[in-house]
Amino acid sequence: MADRVFMKGTEAIAEAATRAGCRFFAGYPITPQNEIPEYFARRMPEVGGTFVQGESEVASVNMLYGAASTGIRAMSSSSSCGISLYSEGVSYCASARIPMVYVNVQRGGPGIGAIQPAQQDYLQATKASGNGGFRMIVFAPSTVQECVDMTYEAFDLAFRDENPVLVLTDGVMGTMMEPVVLPPMKSDEELKELRDAYKHRAIIGHPLGQQAYCRPGSVGTGQEEVNKEAVKLYATWDKDIRVEEYMMEDAEIVFAAYGISARISRAVIKELRAQGVKAGMIRPITISPFPYETFKNLDFNRVKGILDVEMSIPAQMRWDLDYAIQGACPIKECLRSGGQLLTNDQVMKAAQELIKEVL
Amino acid sequence: MAEEKKVYSRTKGIIDGAVSGFCPGCMHSTIHKLIGEAAEDLGKLDKLVRVEGVGCCGLGQFYVTCDETIAAHGRACAVATGIKRSSPDSLIYTYQGDGDLAAIGLAETMSAANRGENFTVIFVNNGIYGMTGGQMAPTTLLGMKATTAPQGRKAEEHGYPMHMCEILNQLTAPYYLERVSCDTPQNVIKTRNAIKKAFQYQLEGKGFSMVEIVTSCPTNWGLSTLDSLDFLRDKMFTEYPLGVYRDKGAEK
Ligand SMILES: Cc1ncc(C[n+]2csc(CCOP(=O)(O)OP(=O)(O)O)c2C)c(N)n1
Ligand code: SF4
Ligand SMILES: [Mg+2]
Repeated sequence: MADRVFMKGTEAIAEAATRAGCRFFAGYPITPQNEIPEYFARRMPEVGGTFVQGESEVASVNMLYGAASTGIRAMSSSSSCGISLYSEGVSYCASARIPMVYVNVQRGGPGIGAIQPAQQDYLQATKASGNGGFRMIVFAPSTVQECVDMTYEAFDLAFRDENPVLVLTDGVMGTMMEPVVLPPMKSDEELKELRDAYKHRAIIGHPLGQQAYCRPGSVGTGQEEVNKEAVKLYATWDKDIRVEEYMMEDAEIVFAAYGISARISRAVIKELRAQGVKAGMIRPITISPFPYETFKNLDFNRVKGILDVEMSIPAQMRWDLDYAIQGACPIKECLRSGGQLLTNDQVMKAAQELIKEVL
Repeated sequence: MAEEKKVYSRTKGIIDGAVSGFCPGCMHSTIHKLIGEAAEDLGKLDKLVRVEGVGCCGLGQFYVTCDETIAAHGRACAVATGIKRSSPDSLIYTYQGDGDLAAIGLAETMSAANRGENFTVIFVNNGIYGMTGGQMAPTTLLGMKATTAPQGRKAEEHGYPMHMCEILNQLTAPYYLERVSCDTPQNVIKTRNAIKKAFQYQLEGKGFSMVEIVTSCPTNWGLSTLDSLDFLRDKMFTEYPLGVYRDKGAEK
């Protein structure tokens, strides 16, 4: 039976991961995600898993690389400036095709930024989470329920693709409490089966002649082959694109927003509709792969303008929007950053300005 | 007439017929052999996992028969932590140079040792960055020339050589710390025994051990194989005295 509970975003993520079979967590304290490692520190011993407080994010992500290479379901989490230190290990996992999951509970940036929520890591998350041009599936939940569901699913995708998966959330969702339905707990038998399926390449020791190796780099032409294989994988991700189209049937003003900004936008769209404005929203749920086609295929005879709502200055998702629509209609930005939250009033004001300009 | 008996053969820890790729006179190849033999002696080759650092040790990746992963430069002790905690039955060793273990990886080394992680560190101290062509390492001797210290290492500018066995010996958790070398047959045997002892302790769940092997690097020291052995004995052993620094198993 499904469990319906009232939970904080961070703890819900940790519980969802545990239920998905995560049995190794390493991380380093940073606000606003401390409840994730703290939850794992309590929870892992109950299920026979391991929690390690790493001496740094660099160490933690490399512990993850090691743990995940044994075929165990492993996860880590951090926030913004901590995530920068993950780039080494994430890139190694991508190169060696090690399945693991990590979570970025974003705060203000760049630098140490601000401990308050922000969406300042979009380009890092979607385009370059480390050196070498690799790609990952990146989920952008906008409710605690989505945090739960996406974290749960992230492990399956990581193992399906043998590639890292990132859940990109923020300090609002991390600290907010909402009712959630928790997914079922994977049984020890299920987990054993999953681990056994990975055994041939698990770095655990093998009889002579069955050597398993984990190589994040190659000599000769090897690395080019690795990269070509990776591109073949990325090409299969069209089916994994997820996007919500909200009140889009007749929309003339289109909000583009993900995560927390989409929640605020939704409230404003309802108000606009009440005023008779045909507003709608395209909400990318996977921001990598990005739903370019959804934007590209808009009927620009009807759609008069796009409002890009992000908690980032400068705008970052804007790059993907521009790439998708190629100037087919005006894009206006509505932004806050550095830990300053967008308000309904501010978004409403920006929408009305756009309406004045284009309608 | 007496029957012929095979008394020595190449360890199964090394791929049949493989050539190592290390420079002539380099002790890395000897150490690889000794690791294979130690694991074979313990009947644990099928559980052996190598966590390779970044440096000349990388030449070993196509040379050994055991499971193997390559850690980012300096991170071997973090990677080994992740593996051992997730697969406690595996026999795990990291293989790291002095730049890897004592410079870029110092935090990972110290912290894993301090947690008493149950794996074995094989630390190859050649006083130089071998792989990248002879730059200064934390273990480079005072006065010793390196491409990034062309006048030789100066205390005022570069500080002093770091002694990892002594430093880790300040921590409470490590179980076994020994410094050895491979310059003579006796020392080769001592190294083999040290590696085997460290592996044995790991199998008994005793925690962290490190075998530091002081070696030459003829290529980047700019010395012949024989001259580099003299330098090793005269200079390196003076700075890095061989011996057991910690053996909790022997204390009882
Ligand atoms: C992050 C990173 N920085 C630098 C390098 C380049 N690099 C490769 S090997 C090496 C030095 C290795 O020296 P040491 O650990 O002493 O090993 P040796 O080659 O002497 O055995 C360096 C700096 C790298 N691979 N990764
Ligand atoms: S450069 Fe030095 S350490 Fe590296 S293989 Fe050659 S002799 Fe050995
Ligand atoms: Mg060296």
